[in-house]
Amino acid sequence: MERFDVVELKEMARQIRRDIIKELLISKSGHSGGPLGLADIFACLYFNILKVDPNNPRWEERDYFFLSAGHLCPVWYATLARRGFIPLTELTTLRKINGRLQGHPAPPWTHGVPGAEVASGALGQGLSIAVGCALGLRLDKKPNRVYVLHGDGELDEGQIWEAVMTAGHHKVDNLTAIVDRNNCQIDNYTDKVMELEPLADKWKAFNWHVLECDGNDIEQFLRTVKQAQELRGKPKVILAHTFMGKGVSFMENDYKWHGVPPNDEQGKQALSELTPTKYGDFIEFEWERQLVEVGAK
Amino acid sequence: MPKYQCKELKATRLGFGEALVELGHENPNVVVLGGDVTGSVRTDLFMKAFPDRFISVGVSEQDMMGTAAGLALVGKIPFASTYGEFATGRPFDQIRQSIAYSELPVKICASHCGITVGPDGATHQSLEDIALMRILPHMTVASPCDYHQAKKMVKASVQWNHPIYIRFFRDNTPVFTDPNGAFEFGKADVLINGTEVTVIACGLQVWEAILAEEVLAAEKISCRVINMHTIKPLDKEAIVKAANETGAIVTAEDHQIHGGLGGAVAEVLAQTIPTPQEFVAVNDTFGESGKGDELMKKYGIAKDDIVKAVHKVLKRKRKL
Ligand SMILES: Cc1ncc(C[n+]2csc(CCOP(=O)(O)OP(=O)(O)O)c2C)c(N)n1
Ligand SMILES: [Mg+2]
Repeated sequence: MERFDVVELKEMARQIRRDIIKELLISKSGHSGGPLGLADIFACLYFNILKVDPNNPRWEERDYFFLSAGHLCPVWYATLARRGFIPLTELTTLRKINGRLQGHPAPPWTHGVPGAEVASGALGQGLSIAVGCALGLRLDKKPNRVYVLHGDGELDEGQIWEAVMTAGHHKVDNLTAIVDRNNCQIDNYTDKVMELEPLADKWKAFNWHVLECDGNDIEQFLRTVKQAQELRGKPKVILAHTFMGKGVSFMENDYKWHGVPPNDEQGKQALSELTPTKYGDFIEFEWERQLVEVGAK
Repeated sequence: MPKYQCKELKATRLGFGEALVELGHENPNVVVLGGDVTGSVRTDLFMKAFPDRFISVGVSEQDMMGTAAGLALVGKIPFASTYGEFATGRPFDQIRQSIAYSELPVKICASHCGITVGPDGATHQSLEDIALMRILPHMTVASPCDYHQAKKMVKASVQWNHPIYIRFFRDNTPVFTDPNGAFEFGKADVLINGTEVTVIACGLQVWEAILAEEVLAAEKISCRVINMHTIKPLDKEAIVKAANETGAIVTAEDHQIHGGLGGAVAEVLAQTIPTPQEFVAVNDTFGESGKGDELMKKYGIAKDDIVKAVHKVLKRKRKL
């Protein structure tokens, strides 16, 4: 696949946002805020940055991607569907019994989704796995890159900082961690629940390269990842500043949208703010058809 | 008609949250630790009423258990609360060493237990928590069957000077026990008397057992139903009596088949009066996303599964 340019990525990110809203309107359960805030980053990862093959998710030459904060999976599932890992229509099955789109991701050999390498959902475990994966690849002198994505609230977990220390100690420079710095978690804003600042200094103190960018600015994010790819000698972390609920006015930067789906009215409002794209939706709701008919008259 | 009436639907976790507020008024030493799931486990009620005695530790369950141990050491009455898996599996060694071995009376109160937590999927369905907590020396393990019992249990836990694990569920479930009835840790409630077979259940399966008994009664099978709300210390007397008088046992729980209530009952029977037993539990598998009631059926822990298990155990009993 040709790498998408910035214009195409923006369009894809908007489509992914529409997909997230629709997934959640159908499942009536799941997380809205974090996933919406990450649509730009996921579009960049899967349509520009990561070396992956949707027809062969376990391709030997792939870049490894871990979603450590598993609750963010609605954005991952939408992106995987758009990239061809799963059929688009499967997005209607989020959180449903006998389906593959588990409420928190599982790998395909249990009952989960192609593209997932391990299960996640219990926070704080992904960085250790990514470090192990990166160390193993390095031992085999393989060029594959390893990426792992964390929530900022997730950084409260002690295991994260154990892994940060391990990666720094072993100078695991084939690893890039991305932190979704949206300043929100479940109970409140992160500074109310557990102060993380000075966050960049913490990672630096553990011997990491630290980069920061606006994670809702596609150009900036791409540039920052490129920069990270050039850096050697230490593991790399990108503190990506995003807004929870980005793209939907009444959800933006409100931690209360961490874990709830929109109701029908809110969903309609959200979709009206996210104009349709050339990629088309994976489902058209009855009420959308009626809107079109009314418009035609 | 079932022998007990469902008066309303209310969550056991709400009983926990409300009891905490009452305790907060009664006892200034009660403190609550929050792990960024306050609204879900209903410690939000206490947090609003007593912000000074609410301690946010962030999403860090291992740290939470240690902090609770330290608070208990200086005479506070700490309630540490998060989801079942993250309250037991994640901080197991912290609980083992700092709470159980050190004999500090921390109250570990977990919500969203069992497969019925539903759409969140297997990572959030704690099906091993009873087993994990019950193997720890000094630990008490309890699982209320409804909102009223949850409330009573939490209130009683303050006088219970041992480490304790109490298990709550997310969903609104039938409320059928008497709000004024007595409650004592380690003393089982015989809800329905019967002579041919006994169903020993805990948590949400107590209501399923009551519904199953109605079906069995119509088939002229006399079934005893016991609410084993305390899994440790276990009411051995009630179990031996049931085995003696009915000669067949079915256990039922929203938990793995290994190591839970069923295992605990089997251990007693093996050492006293070996008796045919059938296990209604999740059969050594992880769960998946789905609705709570769908999952109860698919994973075999609903009313019909109890009825089937009774039929099976009665066949075995007759062959003896
Ligand atoms: C070990 C563990 N503890 C608690 C939870 C419950 N939980 C899920 S998401 C979350 C908040 C995480 O905040 P953040 O990573 O910032 O995600 P965001 O709210 O930005 O989506 C919590 C506490 C969990 N999934 N795993
Ligand atoms: Mg966050």
